[in-house]
Amino acid sequence: MQNSIIICPIGSVNIEILKYLGECLTNQCGFEYRISSAMGNPDYAYNESRSQYNSKTILKHLIENRSYNTFRLIGVTDVDIYVPILKYVFGLAQLEGQCAIISLYRLRPCFYDQPPNFNILLGRAEKTIIHEIGHTFGLTHCRKRSCVMYSSSRIEDTDFKEPCFCPTCNELFKWHLTAVNKVNTGR
Amino acid sequence: MRTKPHILVVDDEVAIRESLKDWLLEDGYEVGLADSGENAVAMAKEKAWDVVLLDLKMPGMDGLATLKHLIKINPETEILMMTAYATVDTAIKAMKEGAFDYLVKPFDPDEIEILIKKIVAHRELVLENLLLRRQLAKKNEFDEIIGKSAVMQKIFELISLVAPTDSSVLITGESGTGKELIAKAVHANSNRCYGPFIAVNCGALPDSLIESELFGYEKGAFTGADHTRKGRFELADKGSIFLDEIGDISLKTQIDLLRVLQEKEFSRLGGQKLINTDVRVLAATNRDLQRAIVENKFREDLYYRLNVITIHVPPLRERLEDIPLLVDAFINKYCLEMNKKPVKISSIALKTLMNYDWPGNVRELENVIERALVIGRQNKILRADLPFAPNKLEIEDLPKSLKLMEKKHIEIILDANSWNISRAARDLEIDRQTLYNKIEKYKIEKTR
Repeated sequence: MQNSIIICPIGSVNIEILKYLGECLTNQCGFEYRISSAMGNPDYAYNESRSQYNSKTILKHLIENRSYNTFRLIGVTDVDIYVPILKYVFGLAQLEGQCAIISLYRLRPCFYDQPPNFNILLGRAEKTIIHEIGHTFGLTHCRKRSCVMYSSSRIEDTDFKEPCFCPTCNELFKWHLTAVNKVNTGR
Repeated sequence: MRTKPHILVVDDEVAIRESLKDWLLEDGYEVGLADSGENAVAMAKEKAWDVVLLDLKMPGMDGLATLKHLIKINPETEILMMTAYATVDTAIKAMKEGAFDYLVKPFDPDEIEILIKKIVAHRELVLENLLLRRQLAKKNEFDEIIGKSAVMQKIFELISLVAPTDSSVLITGESGTGKELIAKAVHANSNRCYGPFIAVNCGALPDSLIESELFGYEKGAFTGADHTRKGRFELADKGSIFLDEIGDISLKTQIDLLRVLQEKEFSRLGGQKLINTDVRVLAATNRDLQRAIVENKFREDLYYRLNVITIHVPPLRERLEDIPLLVDAFINKYCLEMNKKPVKISSIALKTLMNYDWPGNVRELENVIERALVIGRQNKILRADLPFAPNKLEIEDLPKSLKLMEKKHIEIILDANSWNISRAARDLEIDRQTLYNKIEKYKIEKTR
């Protein structure tokens, strides 16, 4: 298993965004990436009463459909996602697992009645995907507002933070990565 | 609180439990899950949870019943109710039963994060407060009242007996015997120990001021009253008020005081509104109040209100055996304050202190020790550091024989120089060998 992250579009997602996210993962975390073929719209996770998609169900679907030697599989979707207890989430990850999902739905400026801005969307998506990748390596939320692992409850939190780990989270990330590599190479 | 707060999620819906668990784990909390009220109660008996997220509507034991059990098992656990819109009324009822707050499902991610952080911060404050109060209560026990004499032991026993009651206490004794310390000990050992202890020296306040001091005043009540001010009775609410020199208050103030003690309410000077107060009164006097009653200077009804229990503090001259202990305590206290290494006291100086009759009592003794430590140049308090002229008893105590007088004098100088032979010989204006010979001759030995 190589350190290659698979980015999987779930439903229709702009390919430019997917490529940009792949480049970000290479630049910020040093991972190779591959964009897989798209999964269909996640109708199986739709909750009619909430008009939203259950992120946990989508995540389960990703886990069930990953190949045996997947290093990390990150789903990217354009639908509005939630977890049952919360009104919405920007993303969801398996803590110390292999899969995560992010949603672009609430990252678009127009969701907040602002004019469309592709660069803002890209910046927010970059921070969200690195955040969820961090969770898959066992990182929990950081108290530093500027760290990418700071919990984003609101879009303002996402806008404030940087698209990189703070020095402490960076050390932890490297430590977890080494541990994962050791397990994968059997050393 | 532990670095990682432990949170128990109680909900019958697996999706809710799991999503909350994921969310909380990402925030670095330790999470436990219970699918029913019964299981939550069992888990609370096994382990103390810092926070419980508790669903209100569950089959079997519902949220309200579970809440009551959890509070009973560990009153320090903070409980956050989770509810649907339809059951908000019940959630409010739960808050009255002791829940910290409630959240309407589904939550805004912001809400839960802020609320949990608030609970964690609140718990840290509560626990810190508890710790400080315990330390304070311990410090205030009987630490400051020193005495091993039988009479002081009886006083300690009496304080332990009367402190937990809410009865008024009259503390009598000469000036300087430590009546305020007794009052503080009564307060510190009472159920009001976490409330304020407010001391008022009635003797130091002129009659024109005492009323406003005790009961406060409204803005404009008199010239210069440019703002409303709370009185000591209001400040002492839920605690104790210590009225020192109660025998010195005027007959008018006695009537006001009697009304507060009887009605448990009063109004501020210049005000109409009646203010309720829950105060325990501790009073002290060095006067003979019974005599003052006969002389019509003190109201008999007030006397009986104040004098439910009397604690009489004996003068120091009646407990001379406590002097060495008191001296040690004051030496330690002032050496610490002056940043000095604790010194000792020479046997002659101590004997002088024991022979004195202490009209100013413990306060006078304290002042004498403080003065001796300030002026003393040796690492021992000497007779010369004490502000008393040799009294008749001390002079009578001196040996008549010249040889014994010489022995005594050498002992004093050796003591003064902490048995440093060279320095003592220099003071005595003899050489070291001669001093050794005299120590040998008179069989002089080191004392304390």
